[in-house]
Amino acid sequence: MVTIPVGELRVQSRPNPGQAWLADLFTSLPALADNSVLAAQQQRCRQALAGEALPSRRQEAWRFTDTSAITAIPAQPLPRQAAAALPAPPANVLRLVLAGSGDPLQGVVLPVGLERLEAGALEALFGEALEANGAAAAWPVRLNGAVAGQVLALRVRQPVPTLLELVSDTGDAAGVQGLRLLLVLDPGASLEVLEVHRARGANLTSVVLEARLGRGARLRHGLLAQGQSPQPAVAERPTAACAAPVLLHHLAAVQDPDSELELIAAVAGWGLARLEPLVLQRSGAASTRLRGLQRVDGSQVVDTHSRVLFAGPDGRLDQVHKALADGSGRSVFNGAVVVPRQAQRTDAAQLSRSLLLSDRARIDTKPELEIVADDVKCAHGATVSRLQQNELFYLQSRGIAADQAARLLLRGFCEEVLAELPAPSALWQPLALLMGEEPAP
Amino acid sequence: MIRPDAPVLLEICDLRASVEEQPILKGVNLTLRAGEIHAVMGRNGSGKSTLSKVLAGHPAYRVTGGSVLYRGDDLLALQPEQRARIGLFLGFQYPVEIPGVSNLEFLRVATNARRLEQGLEELDTFAFEDLVRERLQVVQMDPAFLERSVNEGFSGGEKKRNEILQMALLQPLVAILDETDSGLDIDALRIVAGGVNQLASADNATLLITHYQRLLDVITPDYVHVMAAGRILRTGGKELALELEERGYDWVDVEIERLEASELEALAAAQGSRTPAEVG
Repeated sequence: MVTIPVGELRVQSRPNPGQAWLADLFTSLPALADNSVLAAQQQRCRQALAGEALPSRRQEAWRFTDTSAITAIPAQPLPRQAAAALPAPPANVLRLVLAGSGDPLQGVVLPVGLERLEAGALEALFGEALEANGAAAAWPVRLNGAVAGQVLALRVRQPVPTLLELVSDTGDAAGVQGLRLLLVLDPGASLEVLEVHRARGANLTSVVLEARLGRGARLRHGLLAQGQSPQPAVAERPTAACAAPVLLHHLAAVQDPDSELELIAAVAGWGLARLEPLVLQRSGAASTRLRGLQRVDGSQVVDTHSRVLFAGPDGRLDQVHKALADGSGRSVFNGAVVVPRQAQRTDAAQLSRSLLLSDRARIDTKPELEIVADDVKCAHGATVSRLQQNELFYLQSRGIAADQAARLLLRGFCEEVLAELPAPSALWQPLALLMGEEPAP
Repeated sequence: MIRPDAPVLLEICDLRASVEEQPILKGVNLTLRAGEIHAVMGRNGSGKSTLSKVLAGHPAYRVTGGSVLYRGDDLLALQPEQRARIGLFLGFQYPVEIPGVSNLEFLRVATNARRLEQGLEELDTFAFEDLVRERLQVVQMDPAFLERSVNEGFSGGEKKRNEILQMALLQPLVAILDETDSGLDIDALRIVAGGVNQLASADNATLLITHYQRLLDVITPDYVHVMAAGRILRTGGKELALELEERGYDWVDVEIERLEASELEALAAAQGSRTPAEVG
């Protein structure tokens, strides 16, 4: 029998690794010294974060999501690096390269209908969509506020036929970058955006994108997040030496009536990726279409927490979220749909489809419908399955070998979402990414 | 077309199979020669569909006895895809919908898998499109269906046409068509059956699995087999199908009961005769 002398029992508050990490990060990243909205925000966010721990699994919204990948990233700003070699953009695409500092609009001629948001409007609208969606105090949003040194703010005045491509490629650099975006679509304006993130090193990309859609405006937003983690065998536990890239992405949209918002996201290859698409139909009567596809392998974690709130009647939502989980990866989906009393005649449908490709992988999927209004149509469904035996057999019975049949089925599963990305996304070979293959040169 | 000297394509001998430990096939015997069209009729649950799935190699069915020779070689040792490549085709009763997989690409991959086995050159996308457009005519199918996902949102008739289109592309030597007539209106039935008739030749054999006489009004079988309780109870010409249509299947129950009783007796006698020897 072992006795423990009472005197030796100590209650010690262990230092929170997140606190130390943030302190190091803020020390190495000098505060903004101007009097811009960003500087004010930075001060607020740094103060707020100083007393806050990293999100932990004790919090409901992070219950399934291990955030230790964050502190494995060196707590320093991403060093300025030579621009990565990117494939040339196709015709009719305006590419802006985002690097967290410097002005991405420097020397750029914007197409007709698209312009830099004027200072007064920036002042007034900055942070508004986050606030409206109840996300201003979320940890990833505060982290973004604490590190972002620049905001790309655009006003869309009319339908813009050029696709706006926003690209960030952190390569194998080590450190943290914060990207902040604001899109204001005037009534009747429309824009198609393709946001591309690429990373393969020990770096963290924090993105906060706010979008404001006026009456009758249309925004089609594709997000292609291509991470490249070290081989799973090497990185069973994330360490600074072989940390996998992290993506924290918030997209907060506010829609006026008759506006149409489409968000199509494809995410794979990150050590940790957390996506929070948040939509407020502030007087209802708008249309929201969400498509998500995520893949985990090795010890990766991808977590999508979406939330759509109808603050008025006659709103529509069409949401499909898909996940592939291989290796020991973990995929999380939480889809909140909030229909308060004033949101009568809401027509919302949410479907979550997940494929489990390994015995060690894990999928957590949860529709979260809060419906108070009584005259609504809200459908939801969630399936988690392996590849369907009857589908495999059908293909095999036509001479297609089992492994090729499985690949065809996986491709089909992915294509349903990828086909909806803006066409110029083909340049980035999204299918290879989602299939866990090396892209063709 | 019956030619006694035609080569045997498929020879099923005392085939027994189970699904989830439940015996379904209890000794099926059937021989298909080149040029022949056979119809297997029987009630739901008689084992007709199981026979087709076992021949195609569905993993849910376990063969517990007997043999199947395909052109003299053991068919049951082969994976489902290998059976298809050497010329066995199963037309599904319920063709499977595969969202996101383009029908055109599916058809091309399948066709090329078969062509490789036949020692033919693989077809590139352009050559294949020419071929598929020509074969579409066999079932008067709208080319628009090539652009869609495999069977997704197809009506019952469109799905069955798509099955026959696959048959037209794969050119099997033995085609097993499982309830190809189910869910078809009379026009679609005529088109689908017309396709089957066009594809039947002196070199291949067709096994039609059906419930009703009406398919056999448009495709004339050389042999009709009545299946019940997992075996073939009686074999005749096309007049047997007409007889079934008239008399129904009730007489089958009587015959099966009689058969099973006599088997039990034989079994008991065999055991009775063995016991003294074992004691001694």
